Amino acid sequence: MESCVHRIEVHYTADPRLKTRTSRIRSLGFPVDDLHLIDVYTIATSTRGFSVQDLSEIGAQLINPVVQKFLMDTPTLLPFDYAIEVGFLPGVTDNVGTTARQTIEDFFSMKFEEGEAVYTSQLFLVRGTLSPDQLHSLADTLANPLVNRVHILTRTEYGDKGMAPVVPVVHLNEMPNAEPVYLDLDDEELIRIGKEGIVDSRTGERRGPLALDLAQLHAIRDYFDEEGRMPTDIELESLAQTWSEHCKHTIFASAMDDDVPRGLYKTFIQDATKKIRKAKGDKDICVSVFTDNSGAIIFDDTYLVTHKVETHNSPSALDPFGGALTGIVGVNRDTIGFGLGAKPCINVYGYCVGDPETHPTLFRGKDASMPILSPRQILDGVVRGVGVGGNCSGIPTPQGWCWFDNHYGGKPLVFAGTVGVLPREIAGRQLAKKKAEPGDLIVVVGGRVGKDGIHGATFSSEALDPASPVTAVQIGDPITQKKLSDVIVKEARDLELYSSITDNGAGGISCSVAEMAKECNGCHVHLDKVPLKYHGMAPWEIWISESQERMTLAVPPAKLDALMALMQSREVEATVIGEFTATGKCVVEWHGMVVMEVGLAFLHDGLPKKHLTTTYTQATHPAPVTPCPDRLDATMRSMLGRKNLCSKEFITIQYDHTVQGGHVLGPVQGRGRVQSDASLTKVVPGSKKGVGLSQGLFPTYSEIDPYLMAGAAIDTAIRGLIAIGVPLDTIAILDNFCWCSSDEPERLGQLKLAAKGCHDFAIAFGTPFISGKDSMYNDFSGFDAENNKVKVSVPPTLLISSIGIHPEVMKSVSLDVKIDGDLVYVIGETAEELGGSEYFAQLGGVGDSVPKLDVATAKARYGRLTEAISHELVASAFPVSHGGLGIALAKVAIGGQLGMDITIPTTMRPDYYLFAESLGRFVVTVAPDRKREFERTCGADALLLGRVGGKNLRITAGKLLLDIPVAELETAYKAPFRGY
Amino acid sequence: MTTSERFAGRATGPAHASGPARIDEKALIMSGFGINSEMETKEVLSRAGMDADIVHINDVIAGKVRLAEYRLLVFPGGFSYGDDTGAGNAYANRVRNNLWDDLLEFLDGDNLVLGICNGFQILANLGLVPAFKRHYTRDIALMPNRGGRLECRFVSLKPAADNLWTRGIERIYCPVAHGEGNLSCSPETLLRIKRQKQIAFTYCCEDLTPAYGEYPWNPNGSVEDIAGITSADGKVLGLMPHPERAMEFVNQYDWPLRKEEMQRKGVPVPTESVNMLLFRNAVGYFR
Repeated sequence: MESCVHRIEVHYTADPRLKTRTSRIRSLGFPVDDLHLIDVYTIATSTRGFSVQDLSEIGAQLINPVVQKFLMDTPTLLPFDYAIEVGFLPGVTDNVGTTARQTIEDFFSMKFEEGEAVYTSQLFLVRGTLSPDQLHSLADTLANPLVNRVHILTRTEYGDKGMAPVVPVVHLNEMPNAEPVYLDLDDEELIRIGKEGIVDSRTGERRGPLALDLAQLHAIRDYFDEEGRMPTDIELESLAQTWSEHCKHTIFASAMDDDVPRGLYKTFIQDATKKIRKAKGDKDICVSVFTDNSGAIIFDDTYLVTHKVETHNSPSALDPFGGALTGIVGVNRDTIGFGLGAKPCINVYGYCVGDPETHPTLFRGKDASMPILSPRQILDGVVRGVGVGGNCSGIPTPQGWCWFDNHYGGKPLVFAGTVGVLPREIAGRQLAKKKAEPGDLIVVVGGRVGKDGIHGATFSSEALDPASPVTAVQIGDPITQKKLSDVIVKEARDLELYSSITDNGAGGISCSVAEMAKECNGCHVHLDKVPLKYHGMAPWEIWISESQERMTLAVPPAKLDALMALMQSREVEATVIGEFTATGKCVVEWHGMVVMEVGLAFLHDGLPKKHLTTTYTQATHPAPVTPCPDRLDATMRSMLGRKNLCSKEFITIQYDHTVQGGHVLGPVQGRGRVQSDASLTKVVPGSKKGVGLSQGLFPTYSEIDPYLMAGAAIDTAIRGLIAIGVPLDTIAILDNFCWCSSDEPERLGQLKLAAKGCHDFAIAFGTPFISGKDSMYNDFSGFDAENNKVKVSVPPTLLISSIGIHPEVMKSVSLDVKIDGDLVYVIGETAEELGGSEYFAQLGGVGDSVPKLDVATAKARYGRLTEAISHELVASAFPVSHGGLGIALAKVAIGGQLGMDITIPTTMRPDYYLFAESLGRFVVTVAPDRKREFERTCGADALLLGRVGGKNLRITAGKLLLDIPVAELETAYKAPFRGY
Repeated sequence: MTTSERFAGRATGPAHASGPARIDEKALIMSGFGINSEMETKEVLSRAGMDADIVHINDVIAGKVRLAEYRLLVFPGGFSYGDDTGAGNAYANRVRNNLWDDLLEFLDGDNLVLGICNGFQILANLGLVPAFKRHYTRDIALMPNRGGRLECRFVSLKPAADNLWTRGIERIYCPVAHGEGNLSCSPETLLRIKRQKQIAFTYCCEDLTPAYGEYPWNPNGSVEDIAGITSADGKVLGLMPHPERAMEFVNQYDWPLRKEEMQRKGVPVPTESVNMLLFRNAVGYFR
């Protein structure tokens, strides 16, 4: 095919990346003396050759001659001992290669033909003495075997020939068809099909999990018996996608015990929202809840804001960077796919990982094969992935958190969320509403389809084990998506070129098209029209592939030409692949043959109902028995240095949190740069209002009391917003349940209690749920080094995210203490509630006394604080959360770089008073001349603790408990992640 | 009319917040392929009194919009082409390979060009800065940050020359958010940029003393703390930090403390930030 292959190698004359790259490699234990990085472009053409003159012109376009040089088809002259080249595997998206190709096409006014391309790779020239093992493990740290190919040469092997050019072309020549699948099998074999997949007739191998259980397979068999034929593989795969836990949330939808016949979702989440909306009446803030890709609330008379938080746990366990990147750009599409298209305006993140200083030796396979990635590798990868996604897309990331617990060492949790903004109405057309009409054309826009991301939806519905499919990993391309996003939300939407839109996420077009088909009751797809990355994919693969950066539109025929012209001018690929119908069926054709014909009713509602049984055993956990130390200086220092309490600013500063120009209260605040619990962002230019975001998460409380755990998460998510001045009645919340072992009745018992907690606390606060997501099997099943079976489950984890509207951002309040002499108050009562607290963990225990909350009291208190903030009576405010009052005091002092003199009551053990995690509390500071007005507003709830001043944090309770310079507190707070 | 002639006839200093009328001249803000700061750039220019059109580069190439109809050309921030083949390089190639003649004509007119962040990287790759004697060759590079990764934080800048962009500015206080802002050039080029007073802004400490290359005040390791430079004729400015992202008082990192201090001193709290002056200066050039 490619008769003409050229290789251009680009290097810096003085490479600024080398210092950090070299020290990073050395810190991993490789004895590397010297390193050079070379960017390689391999140009493979068949119809047009390039002369030496052409190539030098191409080279000149690919470098900056001030600092870079290039070589054409020539070995390097740089000294080295080993050459490691890392490129992409065939079929993997190569963004840089695509850009280089466009540049060459522009320059020569030519077009590359089908099969011609530019491929990029990176060459690492290493000096040092490494054993072959070391060399290979170094290569492992530079490459991910799921997406990269690696080519290693010693200096001798390299000789004077250099690296041989490699052209990673996918060779798949046959044209596969759909195959019938025989289901008249015994139950044992059916179970295997459900768990391991259909046997591929060409390879004889299983295709990967369908995640269908026996009852579901029976229902499918019965359906096709009625139809009088066997299902095809594409029909079976399609049903598996649509019915997956990931898409249908079967556990949340199923009847549970005798008391929850309608299932957890309807009973506890949806009903809570219904009751709250009804109670709020005219003051209802909800516009769209649960039905669309995101939830939406009112921003002002003209705009809505949307919010959605997703998880991308399983992909991130295998490929942290790729998994997190596709997680964030995927949830961006849930914004673009809301209504007729909202503009993504804020990204949020959350990571639950193992302690990055630990090295669990766990393997996905037997005999020490397929080792899991270390927590440090996972943390580095997911941090970078979300960063690249947001930064490249021009969406600020001001809000996030990171939680460490070794139970996340087998499987991390990666949360990614996006807030969007859209006008409520344009030219009389409500933008939150959409409907595909029969006759509308099905148009897919964005990236092409490849084998990447097959079985993502079914894979994330299973625990992570050796059979986890590697093709489940997707590779993100933020720029392709940015082009897609811009053309939709900034142009096509307001030109009214489509009548409905949705994201291609889990399940690919099989889910997006079938989902939209519900709006008009039918669809007819010509699968052979779908643009592919390479030939040779089977119809079922095309149908369910989760290749990224694609969306599906319903386009009225009269608008098609305009849409296609616009897409072409923005260089976004758009293809008509069929039409929406009203036949009640989902019909798929492949080169003129019908390969799928399933009734929409069966596809969406044929899923057999389940009845789940739960049990719950109240466990007890002994509290630590340590006497209160005489002084708490050392305790405070070690508490501040706990990974869950200290600064993770290294994440924050890698994330652009200022793009779009709406930064008001950011991820770090004050002269001392302390991480905040809430952020505030302007999303509509010229408006006084802003969007506040916060969250609550208490996985350590789950094993003690899941009901109160949910309460703590909801209160904390709300309180973070109250502290910056967002009024309670503007706040909505989102739930993300990340559970484990959801086939065990005890785990389901915890789930039921947590869901009930969500219901009760949300109603008590009057904060509706607008969107939610669950991920039920966050377990790792594998082996330890001795080949023993090991299961590592995450603690039941509930993330509550909050969104609220600040009426006047100029009156918002940051966390840092401001001015010498200001008065320090704690608002809200402290009780001896330390069960599951950071302090008990520091002492090596757990305890049972999880914080309780009287919501009526708290609600009244929050209202009074909102009033005080709106009258500008408060100079700083910070919610008391993980680590308790002591940590909150230290943080606000570090933030303001000012000392404080504090006296606490003597009614409780002082260490307990300082580190109890009682809910409903704030630390605020007030200017002395506002004292009377503040106390009149906040009432007896506000307890005066002392004054801002000096250089030390001093805390007294009858006697001096601690006296530490703020500079030293800051060191303790920032030390753990220095160097990350 | 040359730059100096324009200023010779206008000694009243920069325009003030109290709102001179909007001008008729318009700005063209380039977009597409991953540019992402076009909307806030349009907003800030509008607040400074100048209307702008955001135009996809393909529409300019297709001739749907003509550069000649505009007086200010802006390359805003973003991640054009995902920084592939070097930040700003691919977009610059697209401009050079398709719009070069139009651009030269625009530069020959009495017009201004502004590039912010990715826009500065594009200008550098096009050779529009420093453009000694209007030779548009690549003389500077914006290399990867010394820290090896993208960094987002607020920085202070001070003017290093008195030119049409910097007039009356004491300090700029705004975010940087880039992975490749480390300005590098040959010693000869550096000498010439300095001699010709082409360094527009340098990174500095909060008290306006020089950053002396020290992190985090100089966030990327840029030589001589350079944050932005102009072309030799002064009409093109390339700037790494983002003043357009902090157009309001509440967009500035330290605003909560400053508001508290001002209120207690009885000083009125402003609504806009110091950074508006830069854009007023650009718009004021056409008044």
